[in-house]
Amino acid sequence: MSRLSEQLASGQFVVTAEIAPPKGTNLTPALADVKKFAGITAVNVTDNQGANMRLSSLALAAQLQQAGTETILQLTCRDRNRMALQSDLLGAAAFGIENLLLLSGDHSKFGDHPDARPVFDLDSVQLLDMTAGLMAGVNMVGKPLNGVPSFFPGAAVNPAAEPFELMFQKVSKKIDSGARFFQTQSIFDREALERFMSAMAPLGVPVIAGVLLIRSAKMARFLNDNIPGVQVPEALIERFERATDPMAEGIEVAREAVAWARESCQGVHLMTLGHEDKIPAILA
Amino acid sequence: MIISELKPFEELQQALSEFDKPFLIGCAACATACKSGGEEEVFKLQEWLATQDKDVTGSVVIDEACHIMRASRDLRQHKNAVQDADVLVVLACGSGIQSISSTTEKRVVGGLNSMFLGNVRRFGHYEEMCSLCGDCILNETAGICPVTTCAKGLLNGPCGGMEDGHCEIDAEIECAWRLIYERLQSQKRQGVFARRVPPKNWSHRRKPGRFRLQDGKR
Repeated sequence: MSRLSEQLASGQFVVTAEIAPPKGTNLTPALADVKKFAGITAVNVTDNQGANMRLSSLALAAQLQQAGTETILQLTCRDRNRMALQSDLLGAAAFGIENLLLLSGDHSKFGDHPDARPVFDLDSVQLLDMTAGLMAGVNMVGKPLNGVPSFFPGAAVNPAAEPFELMFQKVSKKIDSGARFFQTQSIFDREALERFMSAMAPLGVPVIAGVLLIRSAKMARFLNDNIPGVQVPEALIERFERATDPMAEGIEVAREAVAWARESCQGVHLMTLGHEDKIPAILA
Repeated sequence: MIISELKPFEELQQALSEFDKPFLIGCAACATACKSGGEEEVFKLQEWLATQDKDVTGSVVIDEACHIMRASRDLRQHKNAVQDADVLVVLACGSGIQSISSTTEKRVVGGLNSMFLGNVRRFGHYEEMCSLCGDCILNETAGICPVTTCAKGLLNGPCGGMEDGHCEIDAEIECAWRLIYERLQSQKRQGVFARRVPPKNWSHRRKPGRFRLQDGKR
């Protein structure tokens, strides 16, 4: 049982953070950075995030896990067909990785290899189904596994997506396919979060709300233009424009989001993008 | 129809640099309709080749360049001009180019890039709606293909990149899953949303595709 699954099961408010593998083989900074995550339940290891090529998330997650840091391995369908996804999941289990965040993945168009052929042999629902199959001891074609993995599979959601019912039918499918927790896209709208959480309540699947540390109006606009599914509201951007200390404003904005999450969600996922030293201030 | 476009002139210049006497071949089907390889485009190419000091031996617009035997027959009617040529320049889709290259010993230079199987929105506006996957679920998706019109070909609903019902790769494009959802709603049925769609059987799309009617019948 992973610590994440235990803490969620016991109703503890969990805190997750994330780390990106290096754009090369130098793991030293990542292994040092992770020490800043002391007290955090688990660390997401991103998978070629934003479709930018980096060292494999599995390799870094394995190293972190062996160094005693609990990880949530992110795995996308963009870069692997169904065989590679199964192989990587079995490999992850061999390294003691249990927590998974199973994603479709941002389109390759957004990243540093826009000419790459995106795979999407499976979608995130099918990836969850396949993972449930592996946990039940069979691969996608029904062949028994020699050694069965034990995972705690999670999925992603954008609680503010519209149309709501269209977004939510996929959430239901993900739960039917074995999603045991959700991590959300960054939340900026309390009402949208509350509406989502009231729809989630009867389903009993924990939600870890995404909280992004925005450092400036410029960064907010960059996110809106370049990161799929992130829509920082104009009113919030204006707050950053007025702020004399935008970083302090960003921490305050993140603290507000954490407070909303404490009211209705089962945890927060902090995206501090290199400013992990601000985590204590955001949680305080 | 197959949507195609003329290759850049620089690329054609390079491909034709070792030849002096081209024979030009267009196609009266798709390449004519999307104005990449009809009479007009063959004529324009001929004019351009003249400026490149090439001596065009002749030209033909074949009825359907993708029909291997008919293409070969149409070419035979221009036997002398073809014989005089040192290269056949084909303004047809990749299928058409290969009909020609499979029926002649001559060098063949394709002049077009083939893009997709396209619908015509209006003159000059083409949209890909079908990607010939061999495993059609249109009856469940209210006649809107997610395999093709969702940028990721997702089968179980929209991705997290949907913003205000539009696609993450192009804000001008409406999310295919939003369109499917709205049309199914207006038809008062659940359609594809009634089930978790299993992984697609891509073996239907194994390349190269082959299909034969038995005695001309199914």
